[in-house]
Amino acid sequence: MTALSRRALLQQSLLSGAGLFVAFHVPRKARAAQQPQPKHLPPANAFVRVAPDESVTVLLAHSEMGQGIWTGLAMMIAEELECDWSKVRVEHAPAAPVYAHPAFGMQMTGGSSSTWSELERYRTAGAMARAMLVEAAALRWKTDPKKLRTENGFVVHGKDRLSYGQLAVAAQALPAPKSVRLKDRKDWKLLGKPTRRLDSPEKITGKAQFGIDVHFPGLRTALVARSPVFGGKVKSFDAAKALAVKGVEKVVEVPSGVAVIADGFWSAKTGRDALEVDWDPGPGATLDTAELLESYRAQARTKGPVAAEKGDTDAALSKAAKKLVAEYDVPYLAHATMEPMNCAVKLGGGACEIWTGTQFQTMDQMSAAKIAGVPVEKVSIHTQFLGGGFGRRATPSSDFVSEAVHVAKAAGVPVKTVWTREDDMRGGYYRPLFLHRIEVGLDEKSRPVAWKHGIVGQSILAGTPFEQFMVKNGIDATSIEGVVGSPYLEAVPDRRVTLHSPRLPVPVLWWRSVGNTHTAFAMESMIDELAWAAGRDPLEFRLALLAGKPRHQRALKTAAEKAGWGRPLPAGRARGMAVHESFGSIVAQVAEVSVDETKEIHVHKVSCAVDCGTAINPLGIEAQVQGAMAYGLSAVLRSEITIKQGRVEQGNFHEYEVLRLPDMPEVSVTILESAGKMGGIGEPAAAPIAAAVANAVYALTKQRLRSLPLRLA
Amino acid sequence: MRLNVNGTEREVDAPEEMPLLWVLRDVLALTGTKFGCGMAQCGACTVHLDGEAVRSCSLPLSAVAGRKVTTIEGLSADGSHPVQKAWLEQDVVQCGYCQPGQIMSAAALLAHTPNPSDEEIDVAMAGNICRCGTYQRIREAVRSAAANARRRAER
Repeated sequence: MTALSRRALLQQSLLSGAGLFVAFHVPRKARAAQQPQPKHLPPANAFVRVAPDESVTVLLAHSEMGQGIWTGLAMMIAEELECDWSKVRVEHAPAAPVYAHPAFGMQMTGGSSSTWSELERYRTAGAMARAMLVEAAALRWKTDPKKLRTENGFVVHGKDRLSYGQLAVAAQALPAPKSVRLKDRKDWKLLGKPTRRLDSPEKITGKAQFGIDVHFPGLRTALVARSPVFGGKVKSFDAAKALAVKGVEKVVEVPSGVAVIADGFWSAKTGRDALEVDWDPGPGATLDTAELLESYRAQARTKGPVAAEKGDTDAALSKAAKKLVAEYDVPYLAHATMEPMNCAVKLGGGACEIWTGTQFQTMDQMSAAKIAGVPVEKVSIHTQFLGGGFGRRATPSSDFVSEAVHVAKAAGVPVKTVWTREDDMRGGYYRPLFLHRIEVGLDEKSRPVAWKHGIVGQSILAGTPFEQFMVKNGIDATSIEGVVGSPYLEAVPDRRVTLHSPRLPVPVLWWRSVGNTHTAFAMESMIDELAWAAGRDPLEFRLALLAGKPRHQRALKTAAEKAGWGRPLPAGRARGMAVHESFGSIVAQVAEVSVDETKEIHVHKVSCAVDCGTAINPLGIEAQVQGAMAYGLSAVLRSEITIKQGRVEQGNFHEYEVLRLPDMPEVSVTILESAGKMGGIGEPAAAPIAAAVANAVYALTKQRLRSLPLRLA
Repeated sequence: MRLNVNGTEREVDAPEEMPLLWVLRDVLALTGTKFGCGMAQCGACTVHLDGEAVRSCSLPLSAVAGRKVTTIEGLSADGSHPVQKAWLEQDVVQCGYCQPGQIMSAAALLAHTPNPSDEEIDVAMAGNICRCGTYQRIREAVRSAAANARRRAER
């Protein structure tokens, strides 16, 4: 991990202007308890800055990619600081060890974890700053700090008031408090209240700066010609025609291909179009996703490494009164962030400076340091707004950052790499293609008594630095999450889950809700099949199986009730449901669908109920549930990456179709607070929608669709 | 080549086949207009050309010479256009990357069709992709911008 010293960080903070700085290390720990009181108050340095001009600047340790932490984490500080909310502004923090994720130990954004993991740290930062401002006021008034109170950016003593801005410089000189007490939840004024986003004004005026917008004098634009086949290599290239294009300055070879460096995007692209590269495609040139799926089908029938097992599944299956077998498959998927990958790099003076939208600052620093040949602490990252992340901007190999550093190094000038949509879509890092084969044995009363579940798909973590923590005995935790640990499965006495993780040249990655993108589809479709086979109502059937899971039951009942489950629908409409827990939150969805004369599926309404424990910003939660559902729905109705002769067949949005506004159902979101552990909200609503829609299509047409995207015969 | 951008006459030295998008972004440093697909599929690059919503990524400079271009930077000086206000009110944005294009499409729609039906909203906004899935709030914001304008007119 990185080693930027606290001293260096302090110097950096001092350079950035007068005022109070508060930051600290919280030891790595698991999820915060419900109302934790901070035990260790570390040395003060950098999460919030109160300035003499009354501004309160929050330094965001994570990246804003649409999920709303720019607002939510600032709310945590403001709650305890009791500052004027209209004076709060937010900045992305630099890349530094102090900003490491409290639970994961590296600076990163992902796993729907920013809000729950920062609830203690950001509130504590606010409380510490408040205590120091109160102390400064007490010294000024020569009184006991206990006699003072704070409100809306002022310290108040009887009729006397001092603003935070007036106290900022004096407070900064004080020692940090040795302990602070956080407010009880019942005293929250801001947390838990629907709060509009702080980043809207710059995002509706075009002022918000994304990585692709970065510019400074001397910065060149580079487009890289990459192998049309994964794993292919440059055999030779002829740069003459590219160099003849006006504005093209250099053509250089890098590990990922050949880079054309020019004075802007258009000349770089024109130059790249003219570039002649002879590729050695390598063994990937025979890859074909249709064949791959067939080979997965065969593998699923063979026993793979065991991910979870209880009892004697084979014996129980052979004794079962009835048996159901089903196979579900899902294709490769591109994240297709609206902002294509890009990264600006400036090398020189023994340092490496990076401007980009990334979810993985610590990994990027390490990758860049290695390539640039500088110490990790000499790699600075200026995190820009991310034009979508969804996991794509969190690559363990730092692919788009590493490549940009290589290009800048080879070119000898500051360079911004920009990927075209086709580069981005064909560049890999996909949600892997997966197949599930499930055999369920039922007793005479149609209850599942044996469950044999074979999963086949590439491991996201194999070959990455995370393999050692998250792959155990050949089982990648992200391939099986949502099956292993499923409350349905745990209720089955004899069960076995096995996993095959074939190694292929296609780069794969986490895609909003990760393994749950396919496990929720398989599990919730299979449960629905069992309900129909038993002749039971899908809601009643689920509730019976979820007897020991009150949070699941409540979410399911709520979503069903809001959707009017059981009430008649107009002809040609039907409902389907699913409930799934992921990232510590439970989401139930009921979809209402119809099918038109061209057999196209339309989703009209989706009723969502979400239990994420404590709700920090209900307005943001509603947006994340709508958005994650929509992201998932693209994959249910439209999106698919296919590969033929090693070449990705889709290049742009006319081939890789995604949800558009007319396709967007009317979504209702009910937030169910609970005293349970706090969960995440960015991803969980992406998971259940596939099964909810497929189950509704079955209810309407009696066609059981087991492949995504859903296509009626 | 001369063109009028956000009310200012600009002389641009660029190849005539260069798409307007890159003239705006790389030559004129107006980066509010976004690159998303390069082939008029996603709408991130939407600007107004003589008041019509167009995809600037697929419009060569030669086609806009002497015409009036309005970008997100020129829609209002301070985010006070009724569509921008509705976007704030409905808390539409998430990552925000597609939103300048969404707003330009919505503003062009309402300029021509002050009271759009839901179908008209669907048609006008179908060309703008949002991967964050803000569509529901976009719909609400377009409706509310139209309703606000009606209310002002009635006063």
